[in-house]
Formats: sequence, structure tokens, C-alpha cells
Amino acid sequence: MRTLLFLLEKEFRQIFRSRQIMAMILVLPILQLVVLANAATFEVKAARFALVDQDGSVISRQLAEAFTASGRFLLETREGALEPAVERLRRGEVRMVLEIPHGFARGLERDRRGSVLLVFDAIDGATAGVMNAYAATLLGQFERELGVDLEARRPNSGLSPGGPTLLGEVSYWFNPELSYPDYMVPGILVELVTMVGLLLSALNIVREKELGTLEQLNVTPITRAQLIAGKLLPFWALGLVALSFGLAVARWLFHVPMRGSLGLVFAVAALYLLVMVGFGLAISSMSETQQQATFLALFTLIVFILLSGLFTPAESMPRWAQQLTQANPLYHFVAIMRQVLLLGAGLPAIRGHVVGLAACALVVLPLAVWRYRKVGA
Amino acid sequence: MRVFLGFVRKEVFHVLRDRRTLLVLIGLPVVWMCLFGFALRNEVEHIATVVVDPAPGPLSRRLTSAVDASSRFERVASTASMARAEGMLQSGQARLVIALDQDLEAAAGRIEPLRYQIVVDGSDPNTARTMVAYARALVESTLGRSLAERSSPGGIGAGMPAPRIDTRVHMAFNRELDSAFLFVPGLIVLVLTLVSALMTSVTLAREKELGTMEVLLVSPLRPFQIIAGKVVPYLGLSVLNVLVILALAKTVFGVPMRGSFALLLAECTLFILCALALGVLVSAHAETQQAATTASMASLMFPTILLTGFIFPLASMPAILQWISLAVPGRWFLEIVRGILLKGLSLGDLWRPTAVLAAMTTLLLILSVRSFRVRLD
Repeated sequence: MRTLLFLLEKEFRQIFRSRQIMAMILVLPILQLVVLANAATFEVKAARFALVDQDGSVISRQLAEAFTASGRFLLETREGALEPAVERLRRGEVRMVLEIPHGFARGLERDRRGSVLLVFDAIDGATAGVMNAYAATLLGQFERELGVDLEARRPNSGLSPGGPTLLGEVSYWFNPELSYPDYMVPGILVELVTMVGLLLSALNIVREKELGTLEQLNVTPITRAQLIAGKLLPFWALGLVALSFGLAVARWLFHVPMRGSLGLVFAVAALYLLVMVGFGLAISSMSETQQQATFLALFTLIVFILLSGLFTPAESMPRWAQQLTQANPLYHFVAIMRQVLLLGAGLPAIRGHVVGLAACALVVLPLAVWRYRKVGA
Repeated sequence: MRVFLGFVRKEVFHVLRDRRTLLVLIGLPVVWMCLFGFALRNEVEHIATVVVDPAPGPLSRRLTSAVDASSRFERVASTASMARAEGMLQSGQARLVIALDQDLEAAAGRIEPLRYQIVVDGSDPNTARTMVAYARALVESTLGRSLAERSSPGGIGAGMPAPRIDTRVHMAFNRELDSAFLFVPGLIVLVLTLVSALMTSVTLAREKELGTMEVLLVSPLRPFQIIAGKVVPYLGLSVLNVLVILALAKTVFGVPMRGSFALLLAECTLFILCALALGVLVSAHAETQQAATTASMASLMFPTILLTGFIFPLASMPAILQWISLAVPGRWFLEIVRGILLKGLSLGDLWRPTAVLAAMTTLLLILSVRSFRVRLD
């Protein structure tokens, strides 16, 4: 036990002496939280569009106005023909082209039929889909208002202006103000804890290997278990410190609601960090140099992060990827953090994810410890 | 010159001998491309939907069948009770509730406003907004249209149908709205940043840490030559990676190559140089590999994932982040890659981002050579 304490003292001294690492642990969270919480949005704010109005009628002008008045679209430019407008789309100056063909108003007045052309920049298909939905809603409303308008202008019309309307009321549950920070911050905290737990622990052991100081430790009477515990406990603890720090920033700077129990969050985090330091140990025993370890760690980290549902919804992934991500500890922890902090879920609600995490721990930790050898090959 | 060539040879051997790193460096882009190219999806589909229909009638049936017909929605239940729908939302069985009014038919007959309600799981604001946009567009196109058809000709003898505007939608550059089109160019940027910048910074920091940098510094090699020699093998590797990724993009994901291949290669080389210079710059300020890794992660990886438009559209970000993104080289490079691959732009269209990228590269190259210290302390 005393040996372990000495080992721990050594590790903590090394960590605290390295200013750069301390700065990373403390500054990175704030930077990431500030940037990530605001950057990670798919929201389509006023999309710029080019208008090709070949009709030049009252109705076509009304339609163009309806687009801008909705607040979803911003009239960037008017073009005389479709070609130059599409060219602007190609150059990325606008994201949509609305073409109202010649004879649009006449057709509507005579036989109540008209057509328009919408061209979207669809490189980001999801955003294009949302823009299209906004446009469809808008055109539907415009059609109805136009119907009333046209009827009212006809002689002997029995209809009074006003006519049929659809009143939709929308409510958003769990996050009524649709605050992005509320949703993103808990997930980003997970990423942060992971960086500390996985990356730093993996690099630490390989560093001693590379510098040859691990050899010195290996010839001491310290047992394998003590060595592993001495190496892993500091990063496990640092991960929890980083989490507390991040939670404080989230609470006081971002006013993220914390509806669930913080004790539960820390309990799950303790379990999660076990998995991560286990991974770090496994990576370090597979690598000879820090360069290798960095690469392996980054490789797994980015796979874990991008498939965790942190940035893109996990439900949108194909089924095989969803099954694959069941083995991804980040996926479970991100889901737990969101449910506990945002929805105030208790242990029963997150049971499935906790079991998933525990399974990861049961596989990774023994494997990593078993793979670790005091005697080099 | 001979000295320099000898040095380059040494560096190439270094890279080639480290089989594990080499394997990761070449295998990583392939695995990432296959995994993320297929699994990363940001479109919202198969939304678990409950239709609350207290008084089934022609109008509500029309809505229900529209929900069933659309691939965006997946009707999990139809119920008369709002309480049951809310329960399903609470438990996560459903994510969207479209609730119709009790006297829908009657209101439609009297030409009164039709009320409906959309309740959505708002915990993920991105998905919530998208779901609401789709649901609104659906209600609009079904109820709105049938409403207009009913009210308009009805009793008014003329028998004029309700006005109808047909929308032709053209999804430019990405007809099938394939997510791979969005993410594959971003993956090119990510891989190049990782391989070029991160690897260079780590390899330089390694020589420093192991003390071999001192040997290089007292050699007749000029500082510029040391940097160039370190960088050359990674330049070769990165070009190889570009070719592999482009081949995968074309064959596996069907991402078109609409512009000039030569131009794309030239632009890639420019960006690789830029990333390499960044790596040198980072290593100049890092004392250990651990610090170099963490600094590269913070200053390169996250900006590349978040502030280039790789996953999240830049146009949706707050103005200040859009300003910051102007300083991220990957942002300009991504614009170029998407432009060439998907839009078939020429150098004439892309002169602006190319000029910015070239200026950044020059600046970084000068800075990195300058900051490379000949003395260790």
C-alpha cells in the first residue's frame, strides 16, 4: 500500500510539473465548451436565395415577398434568367434559386394552375431537405391566401376575405427553448473526460517506455498490479477533476440545467473512466513509441466520437452502425449525460446504458491488465 | 545537397521502419472513409410518429395516409387520446406527435381556422427543428390543400378549382441527397490535417525529447534543411493518402469528380504544405511529444472538425465563430475540394480560397522556419 502511495505521489508530481498539460486540462474544457456549444448546429437561419422573376406580376412579387417575410429566406439577388442564378449557386453565393416562369400569374388567374422551380444547393442534403420543407409550407400558405384573394376579386363571390386557415401550435418537450448549449454541453463534457482518460494515460506509459524509465520501474520490487494502479489512478482521478471543472463551467457559464442527480453522474463517470484508462493502458502496451500511441489513440477516439451521436443523431445511422455503436462507451456515456442532466432521468431510465458501460469495462480492463507485461519481449 | 539527401533518406527509413505507424497511417484513411462514409448521416428519417385523431374523418384519414406514405415518418400508433401519445413521447417510443382537433371536420365545413398541434421531443434542437419543419410541410400539403379544395369551389357556382402551385424541385450537385457527398470531402481535410500536421509535430518533438535533435543541430544541416528533410516523407505519405481516398470516394461512394483532377491534386499539395508548416510551428513551441499532441489536438483537430463546415454548416454559426473560421486553413480547403469534386469549379471560380490558402501557407512556412530554434534552451 505504501509503495502504491509513493508511485501515486511520483505520478501526480510529474503531471503537476508539466504546465502545458495542466493548461490543456483546464483551458481546453472552456475553449471547447464555448466553441462547440455554439458551433454544432444544423439550424437553417435565413438562407440566401436568388430570384428569377420572369413574370413580373403582382402575384409573383407577392410570392417573392412571402419568401422573405417568412424570415427563413433572404433575397440576395435578382437575376433575369436561370443561368446566372444557378451560376451564383455554384459559386456558393446563394443556397437556393427561386424561378417564377413567365405567365405564372395569368395561369393562376385563368385556370388556377401555376408552377415554380426551386433549385437547392444540396451538397448538405439534410439542410436542403429542411429548406425544401420550409418552402413547401410557405407555398401551401401562399396558395390558400391566393385562393381567398382570387375568390374575393370575382364578382358575386360569396366568400369573405379571411377564409380557411390552418393554425398549428408547436411545443418542444424537454428543451422548450431549443437551447443548443443545453443539448451539446453534456456531450462535450464526455469528450473532454475521454481526452484526459484515454489520451493522456496512453501517452504517459509509452513515454516512460520510450525514455527507458519504465525499465527502471520494472526492475523495482513494485508488483505489476501496483504499477498499473499507480499509472492509471492519477488519470482516473484527473478525469473526474476535469469533469467537475467542466460541470462547474456548464452550470455557471452556460446555465445548463442539471435536473438529475450529480451523484449519479459522478458514479457513472467513475465507471466510464475505468473503461477509458483501460483503453489507454491497452493502447500503450500495443505501442513502442508515443507517435504510435498518439495515432492509435486518436484513431479510436475519432471513431468513438463521430459514432457516439454527439454531433450527428445516432438514430440517423444505418442499422449496422447503430448495433456497432453499442460497443462504443462514448455512445452510452453521452446518452446518459444527456438523459440525466437534461431530462432528470434516474438510474432505472438509464439502466441499459449503464449495463453497456459495465460490459465495456468488464471486457477492456481485464484484457488490458492481462496484456501488460513487466518483461519486454 | 548530398548531405540533405542523406538526411531525407534517414527520415524515410525512420518512417518506413515503424511498420505499425505506417500501417495506421495508410489504413486509417481507408477505415475512416468506409466507416464514416456509410455511418455518418445527418438527415432525419423514419421519425417515430403518433397521430392523435379523436374523431376520424376524411380529412384526418388523408393526413394519416400521407404520414404512412412518407419515408420521413414512421407511424408507430394512431390514438384518440392525447395522454397516451404524450406517454409514448415521454418514454421515448415516439418522437413526434401530430394532434388533430376534435371538431376538425366540422371546422373545415364552417371554414373556421383548423387547429392542430405538433408536440416533439426537443432535447436535440437540430433534430427537433427538422422534424417540425417536415411535419408542418406535411400538414400543410395535405390538410391545407384539401381545405382549399373544399372551400373554394363549393357553393360558388363558377366551379373554379382552388389555385394550385406546382413546385418543381431540383437538388443541385447531390440529386439523391446522399450524406457521403457532404462528408467525404471533409474526411479528406481531416485525414490530411491529421497525417501532415500532427505527425510532423510529434516527430519533431520526439527528436527534441530524446535528445537527438542536438545531434542534428550540430550537423552541417541548415535549420531549413532539417525541417524540409523531416517533412518530405510525410508529404509523400499524404499524397498517397489523397489518391487512396479519392479512389475510394469514386468507387465505393460514387462521389463524382466533376472538376479537374490535376487542379485537385495541386490544391491538395498546397494544403498538405500548409498543414506540415502548422505541425512544425506547433512542435517549435512544445517541449514534449505529449504537449505537442495535446496542442495539435486543440489547435488543429477540433477546429478542423467544427469550424470548417465538415459536419456543421458555417452559415448557421454565430457571426464571431464565422469570423474565427476564416483563420482555419481547412475551411478554405474544404470549399475548394467540394467545389472541384461536386460542383466542377475551375481555378477561375476558386481563385479566392486558393489565394487565401496560398497566403496562409507562405506565412506559416516563414513562421515555422523562423520559430525553429537552433539552440535548445
